[in-house]
This record gives sequence, C-alpha cells and structure tokens, in this order.
Amino acid sequence: MNRPGLKVNIAGVELKNPVMTASGTFGSGLEYGEYVDLNKLGGVVTKGVASIPWKGNAGVRVAETYGGMLNSVGLQNPGIEEFIKKDIPFLRKHDTKIVVNIAGKTLEEYCSVVERLAGEDVDLLELNISCPNVKEGGVCFGTDTKMVEYMVKEVKKIAKQPLIVKLTPNVTDIVSIAKAAEAAGADAISLINTLLGMAIDIHKRRPVLGNIVGGLSGPAIKPVALRMVYQAANAVKVPIIGMGGIMTGEDAIEFLLAGATAIAVGTANFVNPRATIDILNGIEDYIIKHKEKDITSIIGSLNK
Amino acid sequence: MKKKLTAIIKKNQQIAHGMFEMLLSVGEIAALASPGQFINLYSNRKDLLLPRPISICEIDKEKGFIKLVYAVVGKGTSDISKMHVGDIIEVMGPLGNGFTISKEIKGHIIIGGGIGVPPLLELAKGLTGEMSVYLGFRCEPILVEEFKKYTDKVYIATEDGGWGIKGNVIGLLKSNHPKGEMIYSCGPKPMLKAVASWAEDNDIKAQLSLEERMACGIGACLVCTCKAKDNNDWQYKRVCKDGPVFLREEVIWNE
Ligand SMILES: Cc1cc2nc3c(=O)[nH]c(=O)nc-3n(C[C@H](O)[C@H](O)[C@H](O)COP(=O)(O)OP(=O)(O)OC[C@H]3O[C@@H](n4cnc5c(N)ncnc54)[C@H](O)[C@@H]3O)c2cc1C
Ligand SMILES: Cc1cc2nc3c(=O)[nH]c(=O)nc-3n(C[C@H](O)[C@H](O)[C@H](O)COP(=O)(O)O)c2cc1C
Ligand code: FES
Repeated sequence: MNRPGLKVNIAGVELKNPVMTASGTFGSGLEYGEYVDLNKLGGVVTKGVASIPWKGNAGVRVAETYGGMLNSVGLQNPGIEEFIKKDIPFLRKHDTKIVVNIAGKTLEEYCSVVERLAGEDVDLLELNISCPNVKEGGVCFGTDTKMVEYMVKEVKKIAKQPLIVKLTPNVTDIVSIAKAAEAAGADAISLINTLLGMAIDIHKRRPVLGNIVGGLSGPAIKPVALRMVYQAANAVKVPIIGMGGIMTGEDAIEFLLAGATAIAVGTANFVNPRATIDILNGIEDYIIKHKEKDITSIIGSLNK
Repeated sequence: MKKKLTAIIKKNQQIAHGMFEMLLSVGEIAALASPGQFINLYSNRKDLLLPRPISICEIDKEKGFIKLVYAVVGKGTSDISKMHVGDIIEVMGPLGNGFTISKEIKGHIIIGGGIGVPPLLELAKGLTGEMSVYLGFRCEPILVEEFKKYTDKVYIATEDGGWGIKGNVIGLLKSNHPKGEMIYSCGPKPMLKAVASWAEDNDIKAQLSLEERMACGIGACLVCTCKAKDNNDWQYKRVCKDGPVFLREEVIWNE
C-alpha cells in the first residue's frame, strides 16, 4: 500500500512531515539523537538562543503538577556564537529542517541574533516573544498588540529566513495578537508557549520553584492550546504551528483538524524519548484509517 | 538507538521504615551500568509525567539484574512501592556519569547519608586497596551488613543515637580521622557541602554525587542544574548528564 503524503509547507519551507520538536525541550537534538532518528522529523526547533550566553535561573527549576509540569529554566543558553559553532553543524548533518528559536531582553538583542543568523544555513527563525521585556519594566513583548507589531516589523526588516512568531497564551485575546503578528509580516505563527503557573510545598511553606512562578506545559494545557490554535487559525492566513500537551498521534490530529499546518512536541519527550516518532506514526495511521488522500486534506477540516 | 526498556520486577520489598529494595531484570541496563549511575523509573500513573531518577545500588551482569533501594517520599515512589513481583515497569538507563575508579588510588573513604547510601554499595564492591565506610542515617540504618562484606571498617552515625554514634557522618569523620586518597560521597546537600569542606581541610580528593529534580534525565531540558566552576567564571551544569558525580572543586555551594 502507498504511504500517505505527509509533506507540509511552512512559509515556503517544505517539511517532510508536520512533526517538529518544541523549543527548549529537545536541546539542539544532540541528546535525543541517541533515541530518535532526527532524519525522520519534519524539523528540529532549537532551545532559545540569545546574543550572549545566559546563565539561567537559580534552582529549583522544575515542579511536577497534575498532568503537567512547571519549568523556570530562564532561557539558559550558550549564546549565538557558540550555537553557530556547534549546534548548526550538528543539525546540518541530518535531513531535517532547522528552526532557530530566538530569545532576547530588548529589541536590539533579538535583532543582533537575527542579523548574526542571516548568513547561516538555517531554514526558519522562531521569535520567542513571551519573555520579559527588561526595558519595558517586566511587561511581556508578546502580550501587547502594539509591541508585537513593532517587534515583528523591526525583525522582519533584517531577517533573511522566514519568520515564525511564537505567541504566549498569557493574554486575554489571542486573536488580536495573532492578527498583529500577521499584519507586521510574520510568515507563520506558533502557539502556545507555556502558561504562567505556580506550585507550593506546603510542608516548607515555600514555592517549589526558585523563581516562584514558572511555565506550565504538558497534557494539562492541551484544551487551552487547542482552543487558541483554533481561534488563531480562523483569524489569520499564515500557517500555524500548534503545540501544548501533545502526547499522542490523536492529540496531534486534533491540532491539525483545528487548523494547524504543523505541530510541535515538547513535554511528551520527557515521558517518552521516542514520542515524536510515535506521534508521527499515529498521524500516518489516522490518515490511512480515514482513507484521506494526504495530510493536507486533514488540516483545518473540522466538519461545520 | 537507545530507548525506554521494560524491566521485570523480581523483588520489591520493604527493608526498613519507608524504605524499599527493588530487584529488576533488565539485561540491557545491567550490561552497561557502572557504579554511581542512575536509571529513570516511570510510574504507571498517567498523571505523573516525569520519570523518577533512582541510583543503581547493585549490578549483577551475569543474571542481567540491577538492584535499587528507594525511600517512599511522595506520589511516584508510593505508586512504585505498590508494584508486585512479576509486574513490568518502564525504565531508562543507565544514565549519567558515575564514579571514576582509578587502580592507582589505594586508600578509599566512602561517605554516605540516608538515601545517598545505596549508590555507594556497588562502588565499594569494585574498589581495591584500603577502604573505610562512614554512613549516617536519621534513625534506622540500611545496607550496613552489605558494606561489611567488603571491609571491616564500617562506621555508623544516627541522629537519635539508636545505632552507632549519636550525630552525623561529619562527627564520625572528625573523631576517626580517616586516611585515604579519595573520598566518594552521596547524600543530602548540606552533608555533601560539609564533606567537601572536610576534604578540602584535609587535602583529600573527593567525588560527590549530587541530586536535583529532573525532567528529561538525558541532558536536553536544563531543569536539573547545579552551580559549577568554569575557568574563572561559573555556569549551571546538568546534574543528569554532566553529573551526577562531580569533583569537589567544581561545585559551588552558595545556592
Ligand atoms: C541522580 C539521582 C539519584 C537518586 N537516587 C535515589 C535512590 O537511589 N534512592 C532514593 O530513594 N531516592 C533517590 N533519588 C531521589 C528520588 O528521585 C526522589 O525521592 C523521587 O523522585 C521522589 O519521587 P516521588 O514521586 O515519590 O515524590 P514527589 O515529591 O511526589 O515528586 C514530585 C516531583 O519531584 C521530584 N523529586 C522529589 N524529590 C526529589 C529528590 N529528592 N530528588 C530528585 N527529584 C525529586 C520527583 O521526581 C517528581 O518529579 C535520586 C535522585 C536523583 C536526582
Ligand atoms: C523545560 C522547557 C523549556 C522550554 N524552553 C523554551 C524556549 O527556550 N523557548 C520557547 O519558545 N519555548 C520554550 N518552552 C515552551 C515549549 O516550546 C512549548 O511551547 C510548551 O512547553 C508547550 O508544549 P508542550 O506542552 O508539548 O511541552 C519550554 C518548555 C519546557 C517544558
Ligand atoms: S533532566 Fe533534563 S537536562 Fe537534566
């Protein structure tokens, strides 16, 4: 029997299948490459990288919650120079798309990473605009439509690769944020990043996380993520990369039906290091079982 | 490709208050494991996403068995303690960098505290030359007879004085003045910190096994870090991948 077509297109970049890794959960693939054939993935989205090395937050950095987890890594990363020296050459040895997730504390910092990557062999950029803006006094770049528009416009001016803008779910109206990103020139939108949360150790009467608050991920956030992907997909024309609690092929299909062109797998990797491959197989099984022509006939195909 | 494995539970029984011994048949791990490494245990409860890291206490390469000794402290270990002989449990490993054993070193000092004692047993088995063992517990000691198979010099301290001297391992060290070239230690952070400073005062090398909350267990997610020296600066290193065993000079204790 013929295998169904799984190719999808994100801003002119063809992925062999819609399964990507979620930034920060997969490093640059080096460690998980011992468990997963990276050549089988649609794309590897790397850990957020900044213009200079960031040390990250003091511990404790993780707390397990019911069906989820909180993290407060604080974007520890080796800086763009080290990343270009080590991570890009490693990933290039594989037949998968390279998506570089970009972190910054100011617009200038984001831009310097984007500029530095201009001549590098990477396929897509993912702008992580859900981290605190130091200049603006702790307000998130990604929570204000004006700020999103301004940021994306400035970054688009210098970006040499297509730009994915990654949205935070910690907003009242995801649709207006998604529209602002699209209007400013985003080539694709990915969502959701983690939901701000907290856990308390009742015996010590202290927050579990050293940072007090952290980002909630995993199956606990899936309904919220799915709702936001659905709303965003109905509001913008650019492709959507959906994520948030995807554990199985069925979960991934829900996101595709809701309108995501591709999906990313994060926390599930910690539960099962081969989660990406199992999810990919699950997607394929669904297409075969439902006698669909290929993956594209599923995307955004909810019955009205 | 590496993957999660299924282990068959051969034994899962209480050995002291709140303390269990588990024997697993999992040849792939036994074949590769070395002292100080750990494995990830996955509970059957689907609401508990993260694996539980547990040190390898003993390795039987011939039979393909590994032994774990664990304390029941929360939801995951409680769930695991209720599993039966013959059940299957998902595991991954061996993970991390264990202790470095050098044939040149002839005098060994093993220092363990509480639930940090188990990983030192397989180590004790493999060491040649002089060895002394210092173990501290809150109340009920574990694995003492097992250590006595490898040396007569096993010293115990308990907080309530019910076994051995009343006090902690640092007290034991200060009264016994053990001589040796290398310390191997695992236990709670305050104990390790005190061991590191005792080792420094006495100019003895030390390998310390740290513990931190983990997610991936393989070095990808950066949630399990500890503060470590890096040339003239410092950085957060991954306990799961760069450790869990670190040299005493590397670790920065101010957090
Ligand atoms: C490298 C390493 C080796 C270990 N070896 C042993 C061993 O041989 N025997 C033993 O009894 N214990 C060992 N521990 C500690 C053991 O992992 C925890 O006690 C266990 O994860 C607690 O799980 P829980 O679900 O019962 O507790 P809960 O409090 O319900 O767990 C909640 C979350 O916190 C994590 N967590 C809680 N306490 C600890 C802790 N002390 N260290 C790390 N994570 C923790 C859990 O993994 C889980 O993600 C080791 C830890 C590490 C990092
Ligand atoms: C440990 C950890 C680190 C993360 N680091 C980043 C990051 O550096 N940049 C980013 O955009 N998102 C980061 N995320 C968010 C994930 O990419 C993803 O958006 C989120 O976890 C939801 O997906 P999931 O439920 O499948 O994990 C991180 C998530 C986790 C759990
Ligand atoms: S637990 Fe993920 S890096 Fe150590």
